[in-house]
Amino acid sequence: MPFINYAAREINAKIVYYGPGLCGKTTNLQWIYDRSNNGNKGKLISLATETERTLFFDFMPLELGSIRGFRTRFHLYTVPGQVFYDASRKLILKGADGVVFVADSQEVRLDANLDSIENLRHNLADHGLNLDTIPYVLQLNKRDLPTALPVPQLTRALRFRNEPVFEAVATRGKGVFDTLKAVVREVLIHLRNR
Amino acid sequence: MSASDLVILEEDHRRLSEVLDRLRQDANAKLTFLLNKNGQQIARSGDLEDIDPTALASLTAGNVAATDGLAKLVGEREFEILFHEGVSDHLHINVIGGRTILLVRFDERSSLGLVRLRVKKASPELGAILDDAATRQSAPADAAAPTPPSPFAEITDEDIDALFG
Repeated sequence: MPFINYAAREINAKIVYYGPGLCGKTTNLQWIYDRSNNGNKGKLISLATETERTLFFDFMPLELGSIRGFRTRFHLYTVPGQVFYDASRKLILKGADGVVFVADSQEVRLDANLDSIENLRHNLADHGLNLDTIPYVLQLNKRDLPTALPVPQLTRALRFRNEPVFEAVATRGKGVFDTLKAVVREVLIHLRNR
Repeated sequence: MSASDLVILEEDHRRLSEVLDRLRQDANAKLTFLLNKNGQQIARSGDLEDIDPTALASLTAGNVAATDGLAKLVGEREFEILFHEGVSDHLHINVIGGRTILLVRFDERSSLGLVRLRVKKASPELGAILDDAATRQSAPADAAAPTPPSPFAEITDEDIDALFG
């Protein structure tokens, strides 16, 4: 549940970008960071290896404006996608209010996408969170690659709860903000319906 | 109730800030900073200088989370204290009541011993205030100091659209 600070009149929510290794989670965050106004964003922190693979997490706070006099701040996190960093992935999901699953559209990565969704389900459950009910958005990234599976086929394989789906080319920003807006909307609607 | 469900009212914030102010002075520290385990800042006392408080909270929570993972690996419930020693500045981090983190930044004007001593005294006071807040939330709705309704209870689609301009 988001952290509501009545003294500071602000609400903080945590959104986690999840997905298999090299699917474009950090690229999503980098694009959001580069294109957001200075006054609305904090530092982008990347805890990465020497080869620029995410080691622990990337993080940036983003302020979107006020609702009913409360400032809304979203803390965006990515997880390390590589299989052997599972312990770190699990830690970062703690307290998540919404999840974006960034899928790699390439045919050869279909199994990695499916494994990662299962891993997400399992790791959320360890924190008492349910993938079938948590605010959730599916992003089909790398749509520009010639090896990308057709959208209908990929959607059939990866979509499981009628969640919003967005095509994306994160390196060029396509679909990045649409995905962010959708997950923010899902989080806020979830709050309203609680 | 999970840590992330905690609602801090202005009165809680004032009481927490008083304890943090006193701790900072008693420990000769530069900064005392309270956050929850999800990396959300709750209250602070002292000069942040050029430190981004959101980044500080996020990294501190990540640090504690990773250390918690290590603790479980070796069969411990948690490591309650973390200490990072720098050339001039040092960080003392401890977990309060299993759900809240207290960070103290200090330099050569203080010492690890003094900070530990003062933190040991202040931690139960902070824990008691947070317990009060948690108890209030789990109390019946007609209790003396009920939690205000969530500002999101009556949110409209227009409110959400307005966020994106």
